[in-house]
Amino acid sequence: MPQLLRRTWLLPLVLALAGCSRAVVLHPTGDVAQQQGHLIVVATLLMLIVIIPVIALTLLFAWRYRASNAGATYKPDWDHSTQLELVIWAIPLLIIIALGAVTWISTHTLDPYRPLDRIAEGQPVPADAKPLEVDVVSLDWKWLFIYPEQGIATVNELAAPVGRPIRFKLTSSSVMNAFYVPELAGMIYTMPGMQTTLNAVANTPVEARGMSSNYSGAGFSDMHFAYHAVDAAAFDAWVASVRGAGQALDRSGYLALAKPSEKEPVRHYASVDAGLYDAILNRCVDPQQTCINQMSMPQMTREH
Amino acid sequence: MFEPATAPETVSPLFGRLSLSSIPYHEPILVATFAGVALGGLLVLGLLTKFRLWGPLWRDWFTSIDHKKIGIMYMVLGLVMLLRGFADALMMRAQQAVAFGDNPGFLPPHHYDQVFTAHGVIMIFFVAMPFITGLMNYVVPLQIGARDVAFPFLNNFSFWMTTAGSVLVMLSLFIGEFARTGWLAYPPLSDIVHSPDTGVDYYIWALQIAGIGTTLSGINLLVTIIKMRAPGMHLMRMPVFTWTSLCSNVLIVASFPVLTAALAMLTLDRYLGTHFFTNDFGGNPMMYINLIWIWGHPEVYILILPLFGVYSEVVATYSGKRLFGYSSMVYATVCITILSYLVWLHHFFTMGSGASVNSFFGITTMIISIPTGAKIFNWLFTMYRGRIRLEVPMLWTLGFMVTFTVGGMTGVLLAVPPADFVLHNSLFLIAHFHNVIIGGVVFGVFAAMTYWFPKAFGFRLDEFWGRMAFWLWLAGYWFAFTPLYVLGLMGVTRRMNHFDDLSLQPYFIVAAFGALLIAAGIGSFLMCLFVSFRKREQLRDVTGDPWHGRTLEWSTSSPPPEYNFAFTPVVHDTDAWWDMKQLGFQRPQSGFLPIHMPKNTAAGILLAGISLVFGFAMIWHIWWLVVVTFAAAVISAIVHTFNYNRDYNIPADVVARTEAARTQQLVSTHV
Repeated sequence: MPQLLRRTWLLPLVLALAGCSRAVVLHPTGDVAQQQGHLIVVATLLMLIVIIPVIALTLLFAWRYRASNAGATYKPDWDHSTQLELVIWAIPLLIIIALGAVTWISTHTLDPYRPLDRIAEGQPVPADAKPLEVDVVSLDWKWLFIYPEQGIATVNELAAPVGRPIRFKLTSSSVMNAFYVPELAGMIYTMPGMQTTLNAVANTPVEARGMSSNYSGAGFSDMHFAYHAVDAAAFDAWVASVRGAGQALDRSGYLALAKPSEKEPVRHYASVDAGLYDAILNRCVDPQQTCINQMSMPQMTREH
Repeated sequence: MFEPATAPETVSPLFGRLSLSSIPYHEPILVATFAGVALGGLLVLGLLTKFRLWGPLWRDWFTSIDHKKIGIMYMVLGLVMLLRGFADALMMRAQQAVAFGDNPGFLPPHHYDQVFTAHGVIMIFFVAMPFITGLMNYVVPLQIGARDVAFPFLNNFSFWMTTAGSVLVMLSLFIGEFARTGWLAYPPLSDIVHSPDTGVDYYIWALQIAGIGTTLSGINLLVTIIKMRAPGMHLMRMPVFTWTSLCSNVLIVASFPVLTAALAMLTLDRYLGTHFFTNDFGGNPMMYINLIWIWGHPEVYILILPLFGVYSEVVATYSGKRLFGYSSMVYATVCITILSYLVWLHHFFTMGSGASVNSFFGITTMIISIPTGAKIFNWLFTMYRGRIRLEVPMLWTLGFMVTFTVGGMTGVLLAVPPADFVLHNSLFLIAHFHNVIIGGVVFGVFAAMTYWFPKAFGFRLDEFWGRMAFWLWLAGYWFAFTPLYVLGLMGVTRRMNHFDDLSLQPYFIVAAFGALLIAAGIGSFLMCLFVSFRKREQLRDVTGDPWHGRTLEWSTSSPPPEYNFAFTPVVHDTDAWWDMKQLGFQRPQSGFLPIHMPKNTAAGILLAGISLVFGFAMIWHIWWLVVVTFAAAVISAIVHTFNYNRDYNIPADVVARTEAARTQQLVSTHV
């Protein structure tokens, strides 16, 4: 039985190799996600410098010094070697110094709040480029995307023009979710009453999916959205088609939309009530509510 | 806003929220489970009655304040709860293996979300914690040459409080429901608006009641190790398991109050309409997330440190060699203890902290891998030039060294914030923490159970079934979690109830197969217990030292007498018993003195029982019962303080007879 089991080790390995070719996290299309994927590979290789020898030595020592191998040296009282101790502490230390440096630099360059300085490797953001702003709201259990520059909004559909930096501002209507488009960039949480920011750029046209990656209740598993990275002309056409949809998103429409629902189809809104996103962020879409950025302590207690 | 915004159902003055509709008789899975549990329970009760075991069970076990018996009871609790937690795991793996495309699987979100929450809660609080507490309880006093822990009654009370917590979790299966929030119950999802049902209340009260037990047992073991070591055993002569237990209990004492406080505030939010963590009126859920992880990260080191101690004992014993780098091992343990407080934010890099904050916590996390790496090397060089007996505990240790190293690597990878941005909440993360918890904690618990079993029961565990359990667990782990690593890199996230992408299904089927292998591994271990009990005469060990051990617990008989040591040993070396054997130690044959011992008491089980009913009444808003049980708990506790009949002396001639029998036994085996 043990022999048989040892042989079947190979199966997970085969699956793993098959998976790597489809691993979007390692081969995404967006520049930010690409750098993050690249970092995974670099960090893993750096650590394998010590991991592989440790595993190999474990197996080697267990075999070499097995009790039945009477020929092997046996030193029952040998328990200290200053040189060896130094090496033992120094090797992990050196690797962590290297990895720590990589971490410090990459965390700052890939800070989601930091405006992008490159579109792709060797291609800086043009000085006059203004990022496309998208305001993202996670609702129970769907996504609302507001494009303030275009004055449009969508539910469960995100289109991104290739080559133009995008600046997402994100919040949530009720509970926490995480906004994650594996093709585009790493995830960031959406939290009610708070705003997070994510800067990213789409580099090649792709049809893919984004999702909530943080469990948020019953309808969570279907809380995904279509993600299209398209060229500038196609993006403009898409904006025009959304505008053509006719429907407008006002405050009462939003309050109806915010009610929990599952598997929502894509919806397009030709216009959006001005200030809707700020009202959502400050939890005062309902005019009866005081906006939290206008609240003072006495007011809170009075309301209470 | 005293009343919560949504009053979920009518509250009767007599039964609170509890009504017949709280019983989930429309859920076939739960009804079948209940039938199974009820039948099994009746069978056990019937057998206990038939063999007239109620009296002995009550007198010798339930009311016992003997650290050895309490230790064994903790292990039994851990094993029973492992079966429940693993049943949840099997259901999740089965659901995810079939729920593709149009097939919704067999668990709708309402049930599935409870299953993954319960799985996490049970495995951490009611499997891993009882296991490590049980091990520390059993082994630490023996290793330091003590006769019991510092506060024997408190020990019994702690055990029953932990049990009361787990009973409450089990009750939620059949009365009402468990939380649907994930194992850490983040608000706002866990607040009264978004989770109005009893689930989160079960969660809160189960953890609060068990948490009292954990905190008290942490204090108890801490004092035991600081104050009750045998003469000569100064800190740098303590066995490594005792060292790691000391650090683990320091962490318990320092971090569990944070959990208690965080849950207390969540309770106030849910019950009294306060706004610590709500969306409105200035509340902030981020505070909860910081607090819960300020407890939560030390918690994973609370779990792993004692097992690092186990591996140290096992490697040294089966390599027939002193542990390499004892002092560097101790310093590494202390480093990990301190650093474990400086890393909590790595659990939420993705919540929008600034780059410098993220880098700081990422780098502190990586720094922990330096002392951990040093430990691995120390075990490696303990094996070097040893005479390694590949007994079952050593197999678990080797399995650990290979498996855990990989888990450590993926952990450091997740500590790089930009990498975490794409891996957080993915199945890669799930694979990582199962890699370190199964590969580190679970393998260590099995190594420890096999290693110390002969000490506790006087016979070894069957080797064939022990090996089967090991190979099945090892293969099962790799089959179950390698696919999850890969799926994580494919952008698949956690806690999904169903999938649209059919091409992912083969990975989940392999993972489910791995879970079945682990099930067989658990079955093999149970079989191992059964077979070993049947073959106990063959497997009998009368020497008390079946593995040529190095530390004091092996100097006593197996099982040890209730007083552990007739004379408190004097320690001259880290490997005290090894040293004594080398110097030709002779057991004293005369001059025995009466031994002062603590007396059994039913106060612990009584108080925990009252707490259990109190928790239940709180959950169901049965306010009169809350008042009654609270008063009963306070009064019983006060009455207990007037119990002066707490100790007795074992007369010198009883000690002399016990020791003479032991001498006789030893002589007969040497002839």
